[in-house]
Amino acid sequence: MTSVTTEQTASATAPRVRPHVRDVVFVEGVRTPFGKARPDGIYAHTRADDLAVKAVRELLRRHPELPVERVDEVALAATTQSGDQGLTLGRSVALLAGLPSTTPGYAIDRMCAGAMTAVTNTASAIMVGAQDVAIAGGVEHMGHHPMGEGMDPNPRFVSEKLVDSSALVMGATAENLHDRFSHLTKERTDAFGVASQAKYAQALADGHISPDLVPVATRDPENGWGLATTDELPRPGTTVEAIADLKTPFRPGGKVTAGNASPLTDGATACLLAAGDVAEELGLSVRMRMVSFAFAGVDPEVMGIGPIPATERALRTAGLTIDDIGLFEINEAFAVQVLSLLDHYGIADDDERVNVYGGAIAMGHPLASTGVRLMTQLARQFAQHPEVRYGITTMCVGLGMGGTVIWENPHHADYSGHTTTQEA
Amino acid sequence: MSTDTRAERVTHSLVRDVALPGGTGTMALITMDNGLDHTKPSTLGPEGMAELTTALEGLKERAAAGEIVAVGVTGKPYFLAAGADLTQVAAVTTHDDARELGRNGHRAYTLLGELGVPTFAFVNGLALGGGFELALNCTYRTVASDAGALALPETGLGLIPGWGGAYLVPRLIGVEKAVDVILTRPAANKPFKPAEVLELGLVDALFGSADYLEQSIAWAESVLRGDVTVERRELDSPEVWDAVVHATRQRLDAVVADSRPAPGRALDLIAAARTATQADAFAAEDEALADLIMTDEMRSSVYAFQAVSQGKRPTGAPDKSLAKPVTRVGIVGAGLMAAQIAMLFAQRLGVPVVMRDLDQERVDKGLQHVRGTVEKLTGSGRMSADAGAKILASVHGTTDIQDFASCDFVIEAVTEVMGLKKKVFAELEGIISPDAILATNTSALSITEMAADLQHPERVVGIHFFNPVAQMPLVEIIKAEKTSDEALATGFAVAKKLRKTAVGCLDRPGFVVNRLLVLLLGKIAEAVEGGTPVEAADRALRPLGLPMPPFQLLDLVGPAVGLHVLTSLREDLGERIPQSPGLEKLVEDGTRLSLKPAAKGLPADVDPEIQSAFAATPGTGLDEAGVLDSVLTALTVEIGHMLDEKVIETPTQIDLCMILGAGWGFHLGGITPYLDRTGYSEKVLGRRLLPDGVANVPQG
Repeated sequence: MTSVTTEQTASATAPRVRPHVRDVVFVEGVRTPFGKARPDGIYAHTRADDLAVKAVRELLRRHPELPVERVDEVALAATTQSGDQGLTLGRSVALLAGLPSTTPGYAIDRMCAGAMTAVTNTASAIMVGAQDVAIAGGVEHMGHHPMGEGMDPNPRFVSEKLVDSSALVMGATAENLHDRFSHLTKERTDAFGVASQAKYAQALADGHISPDLVPVATRDPENGWGLATTDELPRPGTTVEAIADLKTPFRPGGKVTAGNASPLTDGATACLLAAGDVAEELGLSVRMRMVSFAFAGVDPEVMGIGPIPATERALRTAGLTIDDIGLFEINEAFAVQVLSLLDHYGIADDDERVNVYGGAIAMGHPLASTGVRLMTQLARQFAQHPEVRYGITTMCVGLGMGGTVIWENPHHADYSGHTTTQEA
Repeated sequence: MSTDTRAERVTHSLVRDVALPGGTGTMALITMDNGLDHTKPSTLGPEGMAELTTALEGLKERAAAGEIVAVGVTGKPYFLAAGADLTQVAAVTTHDDARELGRNGHRAYTLLGELGVPTFAFVNGLALGGGFELALNCTYRTVASDAGALALPETGLGLIPGWGGAYLVPRLIGVEKAVDVILTRPAANKPFKPAEVLELGLVDALFGSADYLEQSIAWAESVLRGDVTVERRELDSPEVWDAVVHATRQRLDAVVADSRPAPGRALDLIAAARTATQADAFAAEDEALADLIMTDEMRSSVYAFQAVSQGKRPTGAPDKSLAKPVTRVGIVGAGLMAAQIAMLFAQRLGVPVVMRDLDQERVDKGLQHVRGTVEKLTGSGRMSADAGAKILASVHGTTDIQDFASCDFVIEAVTEVMGLKKKVFAELEGIISPDAILATNTSALSITEMAADLQHPERVVGIHFFNPVAQMPLVEIIKAEKTSDEALATGFAVAKKLRKTAVGCLDRPGFVVNRLLVLLLGKIAEAVEGGTPVEAADRALRPLGLPMPPFQLLDLVGPAVGLHVLTSLREDLGERIPQSPGLEKLVEDGTRLSLKPAAKGLPADVDPEIQSAFAATPGTGLDEAGVLDSVLTALTVEIGHMLDEKVIETPTQIDLCMILGAGWGFHLGGITPYLDRTGYSEKVLGRRLLPDGVANVPQG
């Protein structure tokens, strides 16, 4: 008798179902218009956390079918986590956005890949069954928080030559890439920059940009309230000639200029992730299914090549090759860094699968928020390209890292599905 | 007086173009902003109005040219606008200037309906009076969920909503609700919350504060596209209109009588609003506004409003750094007053409170009162369960006086018997530390005498609360003969933490409020003793527009308490404080003095039956006018004494006390402006109490 009772107790306390990997789907992403990170920029008088709040609220507003109490996590990234980007952003923004106090949240930092990491972290929690629905995103108000603000690098970095002195200046690492890959000429990076502006202008005109934007009310004490509805930074009509002689701020006689690099930017992004079966249960639309992700490290002074090992690893995990990828969203921190990845895979600079709507050189790169912008755009392209089965979002990261997420297009004929079928 | 008036803080009309996100076109968005921080609300003066008019005229041209499809109006953070700048209004010296003030507003606001494109008010924050009327004159309105006070308080300040409010509100939301908005709420000084203005129909939509303006603009675009239709109710029928106006008129006759003209003028405008054209109605508003601005009642109201605002920073308090920390409070007694005080201290100071009475039964009753109050608050959602639990955990009861040993602040609220209070203080002195503060809540006994036999009389300070303690905003802080600056400063500091307006006064009988209020009641009783019928005596003060007639007030205070204070005052101040054998008999018999009011909010008349308690033959004494004269004369005499004795520093402090401690009206300016403008101060004291023009239309 005794042994039977013990067995019963044991079975009652043991997990009924062991954690299993569940599919994670990308429901939707939104972002604020991106602004110029300067005292005369549209967000000069707007708080960073408020930008994130607007994005999160818009996301929830677009999904009335999602009961807010079903949001299990709010993970928000910022590179500088102080001031209006401090106070555990994910949690504070959840409270400010009117999510119930039962919704937890956290802040996250992997520099430029902050939002991307927020997505992979929350996705991981969903995969193991710990959570069902999450909001992930990021914000960077580079006007309020200049790059490197409050930074206090350990002196060992220099004394022990752990990293090159240029490693902490992102533009300098881009110049280093030019040194290493001399065939990636300034002519090619300038041309890439000009193309980014042109592709963005076309995408805007075609109505592919605005649907993902959240209008933000902005107040300027001198001029009163206004409404930001469009990106502030793009320079439509930019020509190769016009940018040929721009200053090279990172190195005398260098190659990196404002014409082939992303500008300093203010902005926020947010996206909704869910377990595939939960999306099904709640009737959430599915725009992408996460296939695999990877982060990888490289020498900090050539951080721009980070996407290469990250992509290799993500492809390997997914059991795919680069040839399976039909659409690429590659962050354009610097044109040279994009070209180094394309070059590695033998993809042409002007391949039409790459950055279809243009990239950060045109719209800007609010560091920790960009990752979700890439995903949001890929999701829209998936809907427009049902013939593409897999797409990639990838970016380089300061201190020598890269991150890549591979996604599957649910609109594709051979879509593998996202609901977990359990054996009885 | 014009030299005292500061220059206008101009509220600018900042205009920016907003591209409507749905592609419907351009909205010109006006931000009302005085360029100052959130401590200085945007107000509307002549220059600001002129700027708005110019801006709107420009937008009218742009609308005609097809450049804009809508106009929005909003404010700087936390404010749409706080209405006309009252100091500026009260500085107007001629009827013509007063009328121009009204016209200025109408000129700008009328344009909001004539731009050729719809106008949208985005009420992002506080909107009072002319600020709210700015919104009312727009085609559509939204409100932010966190907007502060929303109201048309004009009739409480001797004015009418004269920038369109009196005409637009009854047409927009119906005449019955309009009466509530324009007359009832201002009298109760209770502004609306955002959900209430939505419910009333004063605004068309409410949006959460986190992205209020974005959602408001999106909503406006939906309206422009026809995706959202805002239904407007039909005008009430003439029958309903007349019936509501008639009933309201009767109510005003009962409650306001002739004490002040503004409510009646507002009702006239509401009555006419159903059939009047907008132009005629606005012209009538201009006239009413001009007439009212030139009344003493309006000037006294502005004076009173400012006295109350400034009263939040008490004058004459010792340096606050002298105040001693209060970390544990003892309350002697566990009666009704003591329990209310315990509740307030626990709630606002957040420190342990010990309530002590002689036997456990009384202690339990006191604790039960605290528990009952907390449960009522938590039950109705006005207090969180945690906040309630915190209060209950911090209030303790005891029968052992030794439990006061570690208190640094002990206040007594025992029966008003000098011997008893002295005994309590003497006992306490043997227990508490030498520098602990001793306070008393006595309403009429001498605090100096109460402290006389103590080793440390300097630690005794009077803190006089009014009943009900939670609601009444005033405390009198009393400096006895030997009260130290430390004790006094602690009294003021405690009052501030309790969120009360503190007024410092000297230890004279009845301090300020009770001295005048009980004197008034005594004079009424005296008139009846002299042969005035009780009904006439009860009616005699109606021209003052006090919150309630005298016998109803006596019932509220408790006839025994009132009589006790009256007797104490007479012992100290002498024969000029009346005595009334009739009142003594009524108290002895425990007779209720007033009848039940006909309806809630209406005054309760005296019970004619009580006439028999008085010896005099009714009809042989003063008439109503005579009684009023005797009361006003007595009040003037007493105020003269109080100022001579330096019981209180200024006449304005007396007014502040009567407004906050007795609910006397803004239109009286408390009391001293009324005594000045009716000539009592000149006649009785040979001087004005306030300079000409401070609280009246200057005589020139």
